[in-house]
Amino acid sequence: MNAPVKSTKLIKGATGDWEMVIGLEIHAQVTSNAKLFSGASTQFGGEPNAHVSLVDAAMPGMLPVINAEAVRQAVRTGLGLKARINLRSVFDRKNYFYPDLPQGYQISQYKSPIVGEGAVQVDLDDGDNVTVGIERLHLEQDAGKLLHDQHPTMTYVDLNRSGVALMEIVSKPDIRSAEQAKAYVAKLRTILRYLGTCDGDMEKGSLRADVNVSVRRPGAPFGTRCEIKNVNSIRFIGQAIDYEARRQIGVIEDGGQIVQETRLFDPSRGETRSMRSKEEAHDYRYFPDPDLLPLEFPQSFVDELAAALPELPDQKKARFIGDFALSPYDAAVLVSERESAEFYEAVLAALADKARDGKLAANWVINELFGRLNKEGKDIAASPVSSAQLATIVELIGEGTISGKIAKDLFEIVWNEGGDPRAVMEARGMKQVTDLGAIETIVDAIVAANPDKVAQAQAKPALAGWFVGQVMKASGGKANPQAVNDLIKAKLGL
Amino acid sequence: MTDLTTLTLSEARDGLARKTFTSLELTDAHLAAMERARALNAYALETPDAARAMARQADARIAKGEGGPLGGVPLGIKDLFATEGIRTTACSKILGDFTPPYESTVTAQLWRDGAVMLGKLNNDEFAMGSSNETSCFGPVVNPWRRDGSDAQLVPGGSSGGSAAAVAAGLCLGATGTDTGGSIRQPAAFTGIVGIKPTYGRCSRWGIVAFASSLDQAGPFARSVRDSAILLRSMAGHDPKDTTSVDRAVPDYEAAVGKSVKGLRIGIPKEYRLDGMSAEIDRLWSQGAEWLKAAGAELVEVSLPHTRYALPAYYIVAPAEASSNLARYDGVRYGARVDGNNIVEMYENTRARGFGPEVKRRVMIGTYVLSAGYYDAYYLRAQKVRTLIKKDFEDCFAQGVHAILTPATPSAAFGIGEKTGADPIEMYLNDIFTVTVNMAGLPGIAVPAGKDAQGLPLGLQLIGRPFDEETLFALGEVIEQAAGRFTPARWWD
Repeated sequence: MNAPVKSTKLIKGATGDWEMVIGLEIHAQVTSNAKLFSGASTQFGGEPNAHVSLVDAAMPGMLPVINAEAVRQAVRTGLGLKARINLRSVFDRKNYFYPDLPQGYQISQYKSPIVGEGAVQVDLDDGDNVTVGIERLHLEQDAGKLLHDQHPTMTYVDLNRSGVALMEIVSKPDIRSAEQAKAYVAKLRTILRYLGTCDGDMEKGSLRADVNVSVRRPGAPFGTRCEIKNVNSIRFIGQAIDYEARRQIGVIEDGGQIVQETRLFDPSRGETRSMRSKEEAHDYRYFPDPDLLPLEFPQSFVDELAAALPELPDQKKARFIGDFALSPYDAAVLVSERESAEFYEAVLAALADKARDGKLAANWVINELFGRLNKEGKDIAASPVSSAQLATIVELIGEGTISGKIAKDLFEIVWNEGGDPRAVMEARGMKQVTDLGAIETIVDAIVAANPDKVAQAQAKPALAGWFVGQVMKASGGKANPQAVNDLIKAKLGL
Repeated sequence: MTDLTTLTLSEARDGLARKTFTSLELTDAHLAAMERARALNAYALETPDAARAMARQADARIAKGEGGPLGGVPLGIKDLFATEGIRTTACSKILGDFTPPYESTVTAQLWRDGAVMLGKLNNDEFAMGSSNETSCFGPVVNPWRRDGSDAQLVPGGSSGGSAAAVAAGLCLGATGTDTGGSIRQPAAFTGIVGIKPTYGRCSRWGIVAFASSLDQAGPFARSVRDSAILLRSMAGHDPKDTTSVDRAVPDYEAAVGKSVKGLRIGIPKEYRLDGMSAEIDRLWSQGAEWLKAAGAELVEVSLPHTRYALPAYYIVAPAEASSNLARYDGVRYGARVDGNNIVEMYENTRARGFGPEVKRRVMIGTYVLSAGYYDAYYLRAQKVRTLIKKDFEDCFAQGVHAILTPATPSAAFGIGEKTGADPIEMYLNDIFTVTVNMAGLPGIAVPAGKDAQGLPLGLQLIGRPFDEETLFALGEVIEQAAGRFTPARWWD
């Protein structure tokens, strides 16, 4: 890939501009009740070694049996990444010794993965967007966990994770900045969550990234890359890339050469350090696992999964823009989390006039609701204002029953006390006054009481706003602002 | 009362059903015979208490008319099969006193059908060997001796304990596993019947793995009928082994005695080795004549890639073994030899736990899978395997129903005779049997005669995939013509 790169993406070195080339391998834990090749539970937490079957512990004579749900999840994910689904794929053994790997090999897919090439559209904060190519997606087993803090001289092994299904999603080296990398991971996570194929929870280790970074002069061939293993937050991915690119540029500009190696990111120091060089790399002796037949399924299996696929963020965003004239930014905010989009959709579903109130509803969800939730550190699932309540508030504005300002007060009451917004509005007399007679009485009183202001306004019409404010204040904010405006203009002869 | 240990399995089954004797009596007779035959070292572990308990249960089931197809029949189990609550070691030090909390599918099916376990049978360590001399429990002694000699002979391997126990009347039948000939070669060396069924016919679940794409369980017995009875209980689809095949298990015993008239029997010219002994050659011709006399038609066939089978086998099998044996690392179960760090612990455990033949094969396997060698060795061996398979397919496509070959290039040899510097000499024992594993086909060894020194010799019949029935029908013809072979009980 040698697509031209915007100069803003380049890094200034001492000897000129440099370009980063980044590729990511994302390990995403498949959402499934059982492990990839055993019936053991995949529940997070639990006592060490509580979720371990004979297969996971690699007892003599045990055999793996593929979990059909993990296969379906991998195919769904492949479809979500607009990728080629391989109707025949092969499981291989990756051989190495480590105490967290009971079999002495990891069952993975090496030469024939279940999913081939695909693409992910990534929106960036600056409004730009890039397409990141997907090289492949394959299924593999997770390893167990070593516990070094349980005994002064011994290491303990917890096999709860051993055998859990992972999808390794390998991108093409299409990423050119830390920002792009972060946006790509965020987008990938959103897609996985929409699909329900991975919960994307990086704190629990459900999503981890190996980051490949190299640098080159713009347009030059790829440089030598280093792989940063197991980075477990989006923020750290950005930090690791920036540090690593700077380090590599420094080495080259000082006349050195980049050595291909595996590195670790240390979040406390914000730096990467060498783990092992290419020479020390394992010879994994991959070969097809003779315990498992090649994984084969018909196209109809794929078609059925495709037909049942949920609407994905890109499609949803386009629909929101097309149907409700949302701005691309607002639409992107709404679809960035499946739960947000679902909440907005629920508000839409409760609206009587979606065409009239759809866009207003989006503003309310994003500005009032999300703003308030953020302020209180609440999750959307814990929102005190339901989609139906919010829809009613939006509808009251849309039909002109209350003003936007009053609506904010109403929202506040519903947030704190609950209740049907329409009933609350009635009970508290918050309804907008559209009775022209009643408004006129107030206007007349204020005009009569302020002759000096009348003269000023007649000389300088912009000062009429003072009268509007006074009338609104006197009406407790309930007067229809448009009616007030019209009446004042008439009374003052403007 | 006749010696209950001289009965065939089918005779014992019928006697039990007629209540001529009880399973406990039958079991006790075998336990006593086992005690007297410890010189053979056939059993790695005798389980008399468990055996008697199972026999009493079997008698209770028989009394209720629910004995099952193997009701009360005492069997020996190769130590490669995991047996719940009973030590299972694959005859390797590295497993220590490993006692599985689970039962292999094949043995579970035998107990389901009413069989009784007498104990665990000796075998080559991890089934790697052709003489049962690599076992950590020491070699098994063949119940057969050369005429006029008391030199100890090997029973063949790797299922040497199974073969010796069946031949010596220490059980009515036994389980074995066959990766390159480990059932058929020892059956031939001890004058009994052994069948390796089609790959996928028996579940591999709970059997200590040697080479997963080649391993297959099968029975040993003193007659073709007995082996058919046992296979029916052992075979069947198992959802826990995805390489097992979902296909109905036929009544194999019904095939015994079926006419072989009109069956086309292939005689592969490539099996006529240079320097093959005249005895083996005569045995082979004799077998062909018997089949012809029974109405079968003999046709010369060609299996052109035969000579590449052994070298390819000794790449594929060690490659898989090197990976399958990685789990024996001292971390979770079995023997552990400590070290100053994890790598030292691995090295000490595996250095001390594995015997020399296992180490050799793990090293060969590791080598052929290594970066830079994979294509030249493993990949090429897999291509050879495909060609070998195709040889057989072409042959069967021409209407051949089964292929007749010698089972082994010679009769049993002496203990220590082939454990010299060159392992190839031992590997050559499998020359007629490995092709069958490479092609995943069924193969049966049936005793057909004796050599000049009075040792039994066997013939091998190779069948079409899942056509074990034809092998039983043809095997019965040979058994009827050749008779059965029983060693003198010099140990008794």
